[in-house]
Amino acid sequence: MKIYATYNIKGGVGKTTAAVNLAYLSAAEGHRTLLWDLDPQGAASFLFRIKPRVKGGGKALIRGTKVLDDAIKGTDFDGLDLLPADFTYRNMDLLLADAKPTRRIAQLLKPLAAEYDRVFLDCPPGISLLSENVIHAADVLLVPLIPTTLSLRTLDQLTEFVADFNGRRPEVRAFFSMVDRRKKLHREIIQDLLAERSMVAPTGIPALSIIERMSVERAPVSAFAPRTQAARAYRALWAELSAPQPAQERPAV
Amino acid sequence: MTPDLRDFELDRRDGETQAGTRTLGAATASDPIHAVLEALAPAFGISEERGAPGSGTRRRTWLDTFDWRLERAGLELTYENARRGSRLLLTAWDGTPQAEQPAAGWQPRRPSLPQDLPPGPVRDRIVQLASPRALLPVVTTSTTISVKRLTNPDGKTVARLIVNASSLTLGGANPRTLGLPARLTIAEVRGYPAQARRAARLLAELPGVAPVTTTLLAEALRALGRRPADYTNGVDAEITAEMPAPVAVATVLLRLLDTLEQNTCGVLRDIDTEFLHDLRVSVRRTRAAIKLLGDVLPGDLAEQYGPEFAWLGDLTTPTRDLDVHLLGFPAMAEHLLAASPEDLEPFRAFLARRRSREFRLLATAMRSPRFRTLTDHWRKALVEVRDAAGPRRRRARQIPAADLAVTRTARAFGKVTSRGGAITAASAPESLHDLRKRCKELRYLLEFFAPLYDPVAYKKVVGDLKQLQDCLGDFQDSQIEREEIHALAEQMLAERAAPAATLLAMGEITAKLAIRQEQARADFGRRFAAFAGPEGQRRVRVLLERAGAP
Repeated sequence: MKIYATYNIKGGVGKTTAAVNLAYLSAAEGHRTLLWDLDPQGAASFLFRIKPRVKGGGKALIRGTKVLDDAIKGTDFDGLDLLPADFTYRNMDLLLADAKPTRRIAQLLKPLAAEYDRVFLDCPPGISLLSENVIHAADVLLVPLIPTTLSLRTLDQLTEFVADFNGRRPEVRAFFSMVDRRKKLHREIIQDLLAERSMVAPTGIPALSIIERMSVERAPVSAFAPRTQAARAYRALWAELSAPQPAQERPAV
Repeated sequence: MTPDLRDFELDRRDGETQAGTRTLGAATASDPIHAVLEALAPAFGISEERGAPGSGTRRRTWLDTFDWRLERAGLELTYENARRGSRLLLTAWDGTPQAEQPAAGWQPRRPSLPQDLPPGPVRDRIVQLASPRALLPVVTTSTTISVKRLTNPDGKTVARLIVNASSLTLGGANPRTLGLPARLTIAEVRGYPAQARRAARLLAELPGVAPVTTTLLAEALRALGRRPADYTNGVDAEITAEMPAPVAVATVLLRLLDTLEQNTCGVLRDIDTEFLHDLRVSVRRTRAAIKLLGDVLPGDLAEQYGPEFAWLGDLTTPTRDLDVHLLGFPAMAEHLLAASPEDLEPFRAFLARRRSREFRLLATAMRSPRFRTLTDHWRKALVEVRDAAGPRRRRARQIPAADLAVTRTARAFGKVTSRGGAITAASAPESLHDLRKRCKELRYLLEFFAPLYDPVAYKKVVGDLKQLQDCLGDFQDSQIEREEIHALAEQMLAERAAPAATLLAMGEITAKLAIRQEQARADFGRRFAAFAGPEGQRRVRVLLERAGAP
């Protein structure tokens, strides 16, 4: 079971739309896929028309009184299931602090290995106990970046944050999100960063209204508009991200 | 993902797809699927799921041996030709997959021996089970599968309705399709079990919709007036204890004639060796019935037809003998110690050539007017006996079937006990061969009248008898095979088709057969005592005393 986490310290960078579309593409390839909506806002759950509610809340899940398995819901798409968000996830750090603080998410996912080939964790922004948990659990951190100077700073911060981790560290794979090719700054930043950091995927996700339309259609853009530029971009991105990272790009352990 | 919650089928009156239509309150639907959707509509949003996994058209051909070996083992073998390629799929009776393999370039139109299937896990799984029988196409269906989403007010899919609309493809001179009752499945979406239960409940309450109780194969066969495993080479005649003896005997003989005729085509097409085997068993049983019970038939039927069935039996012997040699060839070659299996190859080739020649003679005879006249006239005569036994035309002295069964079986058992009891270590082999014939006659009598006996007691008696017959069979067959190999060696020498190594290997085989015969001879006393000793005699007495008892 390979665990991907869409994560960024910054909010509003396209984490959820990426998680939803990439999980959908993974399932469409025939991999049994689970998406865990860890964001209390429940955007991913909303996009799959699933109520952002878990019986017993985050507390029951983290404490293990409610098994993860029972909370999982089938999406409308073959091979893709979702573990919905719950508003109680807003207190996730407190809940985790009571358990094994930084390894709990990894521990909870372990029993699902027989059932799923791939798990996507859609994380809320920020650096928190939850994000530490996610970094411990994930094999690959998928980091969406808006091509701005500030975003680059956050990528550096995140890379350092991961590099400081003891033991097993996830692979960090960044990609540009909400790209507006009409903007000179976007083009320049993309050009420079692609030249400097090979951890950044060449394919970026353009800023297109069809992606915003996901909240109206409540489905991955790759499902309801598969022939659009946005859907093509997600497919190309997934092809790059799911390919193995060249060895030299892996952070040293 | 989506485990099937419950399977339903539409009412199958008339056997047509449209036959399930029933009045659903105001919604009298000409299309039964429409009625189903109307019943679900108040509870769910319904939309077609285009391109859903598993949807589309599926053409399937079921395969089994003529005697339904896969069905009897609880298996179904299907050949599917779909867009993604053709494949062979082996499932358990409840649909659980057992094995699957691609079948590119293979067609199920003609019978195939299991070893001639493309290599793969399906072939590996069934080759032992089905051999030496060929796999025949049983029936072909075409199923259009459509999937409908059942959604909640948020538009979320909470269950699925899977509609399987199948039709049967009938080949022959006038190819046509016959609709089968549509099958509906409510599939659960993970995390929404209550909604699936609700949908299933709504379907279950709908008139004309019932839980599925049969497989699609059974449904397709039913539409053809058949059922799975509808062939057996057993006697299984429908007789009763009170039936007048001539009627019972005619009924048994008609059943044997059915089996003979069911196998005729397979023999003539040389599909596999067991068609001839089953045909020969029917002929042997017929001859035994004529000999042991023919006196209750009117006129000179027994005298007239006895020699004709003897002719038929003799006709089939050379081919069957060669089949037996060829079927046992791999085992024979495997057990060679001094010689190598390759040494036997000229012998195998010689047997195969002889078999082709003998088969041509057999086929010519079975296509002759004599054969057709025999079966046609025999049937006509037996039907007359069976149907002419009404009260008015019944002869006064007719005894009931149970009495006939008891007297004849007791007499046959008496012969077995007395002749078997007289056999000593010094007795000639012929005395054992003769006893084998008497045992066969007894076995046939027991089988003819099996419906009149207590099944448990019957099983025990026949079980012991079978063991004795196996022992006597081993004894005689070893001798016959040895003599035949000797004669074949002479013929091979005469035809200059016998290298020295082959003759030596054949000699080794005959030595092994002699050992087998000796072992059978040594085992005889124990087997005979088990069947015909005091306890065995008591069992047969009890069996016969209770014949026809309710």
